[in-house]
Amino acid sequence: MTTFSYFGLTLLTFGAILGTYFWRGMGVLFASRVNSAGAVFQWVTFVSYAMLGGLIARMVVLPIGPLEETSLLIRSLAFATGVTVFLLLGRRVLPAVLIGVGSFITMMFFSSFNVAAP
Amino acid sequence: MITNPRAVDRIAIRDSLGYPAITLLASMIGFGSLVNESGLPLGMAIAGTLGIWGLPGQLTLVEMHAAGASAFFVILGVSLANARFLPMAVSFMPLMPSRRKGMASDFALVQMLSINSWAAGLKRFPEIALELRRRYYVVFGSICMSAGLIGTIIGYLGVEMMPREIALGLIFMNPLFFAILLAGVNNRPSLIALLIGAPLGLFFHIVLPDFDLLLTGIIGGSLAFWIAQRWPRPDNLP
Repeated sequence: MTTFSYFGLTLLTFGAILGTYFWRGMGVLFASRVNSAGAVFQWVTFVSYAMLGGLIARMVVLPIGPLEETSLLIRSLAFATGVTVFLLLGRRVLPAVLIGVGSFITMMFFSSFNVAAP
Repeated sequence: MITNPRAVDRIAIRDSLGYPAITLLASMIGFGSLVNESGLPLGMAIAGTLGIWGLPGQLTLVEMHAAGASAFFVILGVSLANARFLPMAVSFMPLMPSRRKGMASDFALVQMLSINSWAAGLKRFPEIALELRRRYYVVFGSICMSAGLIGTIIGYLGVEMMPREIALGLIFMNPLFFAILLAGVNNRPSLIALLIGAPLGLFFHIVLPDFDLLLTGIIGGSLAFWIAQRWPRPDNLP
């Protein structure tokens, strides 16, 4: 995991920064000259939302990296807890995230306890 | 109408130091810990936070790289994940016009734009004199970026000192934060795109892992677009 080339990562990060700045810069160029509710903008926005929906689902259901060592059940339950708290309790982001992550950590502690004591 | 620069500074500090700074601190702690746990250097975490300055793109960068996607697709994926900056900048920049002609400074200022500064500006600008709005934006944005930078470093360094369960909790915070921030968007078609994307993302990840996010975005986004075209109510904020 730790074998990476700094040069490659620098190029990759720089490319990602430019790829993001592209939209910001285009926004300045087009500012006040086009309608931000136009069809092309709408389509681009939906493309990124669909992509992000896919990324969230993948990070929770089929994670890559450290979350692979956690169980799907715990991840799904904690995710559902956080989102439910958000939707039910006045749509406040921070309490919902804290409760969701808290439930995840609590479940992790209990499940590792069970594994440790056969 | 507020015309005193000092008063504008005070409002910007007060507006940013509460909820936005804490949210950014927390979400970037999650990001920093993910970068570390993915075996990537601290410099990449910092460059990602300050350079991309948008959690979706930052997570896409780390996740697609960890998944082994080629550089071209990682960059394309990050870029598409941040595409909402285009409509945001288009609608936001004219609200804080420059005194001088030309837009050189606009190209620098737009880097600070995020959902936080966008929302704060839309809310506060009507009560701030036109020539002081940039001042508000810069003070607000600088505090937000500092909070994000501090969070990134805390997350990156802190994750190694935590018990494993808490470290994993910090990583898990990423998709949760992200889902909750997006679920708060008051735009039904965007939420539909998000919900269509979730199963598509899993499907393509299994079937075509190299192109999963791009296919999810293009197919899911087009489907949501098609639905939105048939949606009678035009609520089009990003």
